[in-house]
Amino acid sequence: MIIEIGHFALVLALMLAATQLIVPALGAHRRDAGLMAVAPPAAVTQFVAIGVAFGVLTYAYVTSDFSVENVWANSHSAKPLIYKISGVWGNHEGSMLLWVLILALFGAAVGVFGSGLPLSFRARVLSVQAALSVAFLLFILLTSNPFMRLVPPAPEGQGLNPILQDPALAFHPPFLYAGYVGFSMAFSFAVAALWEGRIDAAWARWVRPWTLFAWAALTVGIAMGSWWAYYTLGWGGWWFWDPVENASFMPWLAGTALLHSAVVMEKREALKIWTLLLAILTFSLSLMGTFLVRSGVLTSVHAFAVDPRRGIAILAILGVFIGGSLALYAWRAGDLKAGGLFQPISREGALVLNNVLLTTAAATVLIGTLYPLGLEALNGAKISVGAPYFDRTFVPLMIPLLVAMPVGALLSWKRGDLRAALQRLVAAAIAALVFGALAVALVRRGPWLAPLALMLGGWVVFGALTEWGARIKAFSSSFDESARRARNLPRSAHGAMLAHVGVGLVVIGITGATAWNSETVSTITPGETVSIAGYGLTFRGAAPRRGPNYQETVGRFDVTRGLRPVTTLEPTKRIFTAPRQATTQAAIYNALAGDLYVVLGDALDGGGYVVRAYFHPLVRLIWIGALVMGLGGLLSMSDRRLRVGAARRARTGADAPLPAE
Amino acid sequence: MRIEFAFLRAALMAMTLSTAALAVEPGERLADPLLEARARAVSAELRCLVCQNQSIDDSNAPLARDLRVLVRERLASGSSDADVVSFVVDRYGEFVLLRPRFGWHTALLWLGPASLLAFVMLMLWKRQRAYSASLASDPSVQPLTEDEQKRLARALAKDVADI
Repeated sequence: MIIEIGHFALVLALMLAATQLIVPALGAHRRDAGLMAVAPPAAVTQFVAIGVAFGVLTYAYVTSDFSVENVWANSHSAKPLIYKISGVWGNHEGSMLLWVLILALFGAAVGVFGSGLPLSFRARVLSVQAALSVAFLLFILLTSNPFMRLVPPAPEGQGLNPILQDPALAFHPPFLYAGYVGFSMAFSFAVAALWEGRIDAAWARWVRPWTLFAWAALTVGIAMGSWWAYYTLGWGGWWFWDPVENASFMPWLAGTALLHSAVVMEKREALKIWTLLLAILTFSLSLMGTFLVRSGVLTSVHAFAVDPRRGIAILAILGVFIGGSLALYAWRAGDLKAGGLFQPISREGALVLNNVLLTTAAATVLIGTLYPLGLEALNGAKISVGAPYFDRTFVPLMIPLLVAMPVGALLSWKRGDLRAALQRLVAAAIAALVFGALAVALVRRGPWLAPLALMLGGWVVFGALTEWGARIKAFSSSFDESARRARNLPRSAHGAMLAHVGVGLVVIGITGATAWNSETVSTITPGETVSIAGYGLTFRGAAPRRGPNYQETVGRFDVTRGLRPVTTLEPTKRIFTAPRQATTQAAIYNALAGDLYVVLGDALDGGGYVVRAYFHPLVRLIWIGALVMGLGGLLSMSDRRLRVGAARRARTGADAPLPAE
Repeated sequence: MRIEFAFLRAALMAMTLSTAALAVEPGERLADPLLEARARAVSAELRCLVCQNQSIDDSNAPLARDLRVLVRERLASGSSDADVVSFVVDRYGEFVLLRPRFGWHTALLWLGPASLLAFVMLMLWKRQRAYSASLASDPSVQPLTEDEQKRLARALAKDVADI
């Protein structure tokens, strides 16, 4: 009965979304405030209805209701509670439901907090959001319904893929989807602006907080996936240029470009038309990312044909939203007035360079990801495009971007002075040089190019600090004065500094992990010692242990550095019972300089084991850097200027009613 | 310009010199470290055919192991890296290469990103030229007088950080 309530709530949500699509649009067309006012309550109730459906599915998972086909196929009663909950979105149907839940949440947020938007504009935004809801709800109900019953009910479920039973991966999809779906706000705002035929700097102010949130969530989501790969796949790889990763990386690159072009639009009213296109492209890549992963088209063009109904529905949704919005853009963009002018050497010019490089990078990833599919569909030839391709095409685009980053941030708007900007960066350049030289002095091996890459990372970090330091006059006035200036600085300035520092940290982490990685593989018996990167690992034997839904073999290693004991590491090999599958759990010790990473391999006759030990220098900075970037995004988002409703106060003066803060 | 280019290449190569990995079993390794290093480099470019987007160097699938052993055998018998790669491609098809060969069928793949960048830069340059030309031919736009320039410089120097 409860299941049917969830099913019914989903149908109800579809009806509400259809109402929200049609009525406000009609109202905006006829300038009828009454019809337009339908949008916010429709958005809120739609969210409630989808929330009920999602709650019901979660309930079915938590109570292991195997009369529901979806629960039976993806859950097991012996699973720990957290993985019963994460199992809800660990499958196609449930993940689509999570997708629309987040979509509806954003729609409801516009309904509740969007009172500062012009009435007709808000109606149009919510109408576009509802169009997305309708498409996805129809897709779920017609091809991917999670509420289908299993008759007769099964006594036990088939279990969740053990690889997904992991804390980082449990929360990886919600972050990723918050990012993908968050960009739908930029999309809806862009389509509404084209529809209304009006766009100004306020548009950028409304769109930026949503985009910042989506971007921060996507950054953290991608980092979580990478971290998971690092400790699960058994040798410490953190990025594979796998199509599934690329699918999330493309919207990230485009979204990063969007954030920066929206700044130009807000401050200078320039790049308006380009920003609209970028908003559409970013969400189009998000849509494509969702579907590339969900449709199975990535593993093979043929997998797509296994369920033609889903495949065709997916193509139709992509066609309608991407094709439709681009057609609208082609039709209406000419009517919009282009804004401010600027010299090539200026803050705007630097941000244009940022946009050119980032969108080209996104296009490169797109080409590399889709090319094999296209070629196979065209003439049946099968080729692979892997890491070596991206190393040669993507990385060269990032180098000028990183070199230019600190310089661009120091140029003034409209017309910049390159020489002055470079002069102010002399200290940062020297610091970066010293940083690289230190690396050469400390580590006397590895590729000679690695110190240069480290310097590039240092340049970005010190450059970001220089810009921030200049704004608070950290070096030219008293501490109190600097502290006062830091307090008065808009939060977006602190956020930008943090995000840029994060980028530099990621570069440093990637360099360290790539260039100075060391590894050893050996066969050892209890009592023997392996040494790596100055650490000694003494094998103390292996013993079986029972987990809630798995059996594992635990290896014990006493770690010493010189004569000093450091820690004990316990890498394990797990065999899950349902479904029967083996996973390896690496044991990792976080030293200051990097990670000591130990994996237990196969057992040999006579009590010996194959043991792989690695030292991954600085690798942690990759994820710390990503977190710092995400934090910077959130800090920027909390800027007063960007708060929902701030735009209205600025426009109508002080006597307007203050929205709740 | 020359230095810049060298730096670009340097940083680029630093990124590509991936030393990560190891599904290589203790018994597979070649005694000669130089030969082993070559085997690792060749393996990183070959796809494990039964895995999803992993090189044979990263994968612990049995087929990847067979290929690793094959690569080492051929290298040990004196084949060049290129010979080994073409031998594997002859047996398994171009699908096995993680870095596709350049040819008519991959021209767009390899040249696409660079041509896109060149195209966008060209468009921007043309726009900028048109904008400068329109400024130069506009009689209402006059260059600043010396006095105006001084005043502007003073105003700008006052507090750039506050802008």
